[in-house]
Amino acid sequence: MRRIPTILRLAALGILLAFLLAPERFAALFAPLASAGASPIYDQGNIGRLALAHLLTVLIGCLASTVVAVALGVLVTRARGAEFLPLSRAVVSFGQTFPPVAVLALAVPLVGFGAKPTLIALFLYGLLPIFENTVVGLRTCPAAVLEAASGMGMSARQRLVTVELPLAMPLILEGIRLSLVINIGTATLGSTVAAKGLGEVIIAGLLSNNTAFVLQGGLATGLMAVLLYDGVAALERRICGSARID
Amino acid sequence: MIVIESLTKRYGSATVVDAVSMTIERNSITVIVGTSGSGKSTLLRMINRLIEPTSGRVIIDGRDTESEPAHLLRRRIGYVIQGHGLFPHRTVAENVATVPRLLGWEPDRIRVRVDELLRTLQLDPAMYADKYPYQLSGGQQQRVGVARALAAEPAVLLMDEPFGALDPIIREKAQDDLLEIQRKFGTTMVVVTHDIDEAFRLGDRVAVMSEGRLLQYDRPEVLVMHPADPLVARMTGSAERAMRLLSLTTAGEALADTSANTATSNNSAGAAEMAADGPIIRASASLREALSELLWRGSESGTVVDDDDKPCGRLTVAAILARGRPR
Repeated sequence: MRRIPTILRLAALGILLAFLLAPERFAALFAPLASAGASPIYDQGNIGRLALAHLLTVLIGCLASTVVAVALGVLVTRARGAEFLPLSRAVVSFGQTFPPVAVLALAVPLVGFGAKPTLIALFLYGLLPIFENTVVGLRTCPAAVLEAASGMGMSARQRLVTVELPLAMPLILEGIRLSLVINIGTATLGSTVAAKGLGEVIIAGLLSNNTAFVLQGGLATGLMAVLLYDGVAALERRICGSARID
Repeated sequence: MIVIESLTKRYGSATVVDAVSMTIERNSITVIVGTSGSGKSTLLRMINRLIEPTSGRVIIDGRDTESEPAHLLRRRIGYVIQGHGLFPHRTVAENVATVPRLLGWEPDRIRVRVDELLRTLQLDPAMYADKYPYQLSGGQQQRVGVARALAAEPAVLLMDEPFGALDPIIREKAQDDLLEIQRKFGTTMVVVTHDIDEAFRLGDRVAVMSEGRLLQYDRPEVLVMHPADPLVARMTGSAERAMRLLSLTTAGEALADTSANTATSNNSAGAAEMAADGPIIRASASLREALSELLWRGSESGTVVDDDDKPCGRLTVAAILARGRPR
């Protein structure tokens, strides 16, 4: 029975790739939704390239979020950095609650149109889940294990790298996964400031009142999010599966 | 040898350990016993500087522990804690190899040492080396914790309630194993416990602590016969101090003493007595156990046998009772 989800995932991946590589083959499927006389399939650019650019933007944004959020999480769980916890938490939460659209609007005058404002918005938006999970992961390391690590003669750094981070890794990866999935959706907004991405397809549909375009952009984005979520989950199991942490 | 010189730890206005001085002999087991909050764990942790003392110093084999960075000091001192604290993401072998790795031993040397230790602690390396801690029973986890602490051949082993998480039957076995290990490696051990029975069972010397102060530090029989403080008397249990005294001597030791005193007179009669009835008493059993056995069987005397089941003498109830009184 465990095979069925795998088959579904592979099918979803197959459909997504088929659509991105040769979208015109799906013309018949989307024809009923297209406005009269308009093309049923997005024709103002290569949809496969847009998807790739979309994915790349999200990955770069997430990488930046991960580096900063994990570093911050480590800092505030050290004795010396504990006093920064409330401040860091406030900043990171602000990044999450400040609407990405507003970030874009504010960033464009500073860095111009294109991918840059989008990356800033994604970076801010992705911090919170990774930061919070890092803090919880590091804080919930069993006290006896930490005491043993110090008692064995590990330096603070050795303890962090060889004990605390590996034990917190499942939670950190979960934060990264959450952040990735949220940002796949959020990145569509980037197209309003001329970043390359699947948002372009959706916006083109809205402007020309062509539901087929909107649906194509939306479905491609959604499938990407689902597949990425599962992909990272599988990665997590590979990394953390060898040792059950309890 | 560990010399502790007026070691004190204060947190704000609270004094947790109050000017404790004691000398711990090499190759011995010293047990620090006390109620919770007596400062016994704090005292132990100041030896390997997991807690930095407010004042006073610790000298191990002539060297002040302050003379090197704390984490380097700790690599030379074994440390076992309650609930073992094994690294859950590492295998048994990796756990045991922790300190040798920190010390940069060659992989081959580490492998040999890990195998040797697992065997010493009755864990077949082929079966357990690659297991994760959660796959082991409580007793096995505890033994891996001891193996890990001993891995780099430390001269000193500190143990904080090492058997606290074990059920009574496994605990007794674990205590025996520890005594065995102490004899085998000659490690100087300092054990913290709240269990006075455990203290008497393990300790060559027992230190009683209360409210941060060291009340008495001496051989167990001295604690029973000449308690220096009412609390020590209460802890050693005035109601059963005779039994406790008996538990400190083995049948073999008692026999050696008696035959030394009355060697000539008993020699001829001894052979005849050997054949007499009565239960078999192991030389390694305590007099308390021997007395209990004799009472149960309703016998006046029993035959003491050594490890090879060879009879080595007779022990009478009267002889045992004589040892339950202060001499």
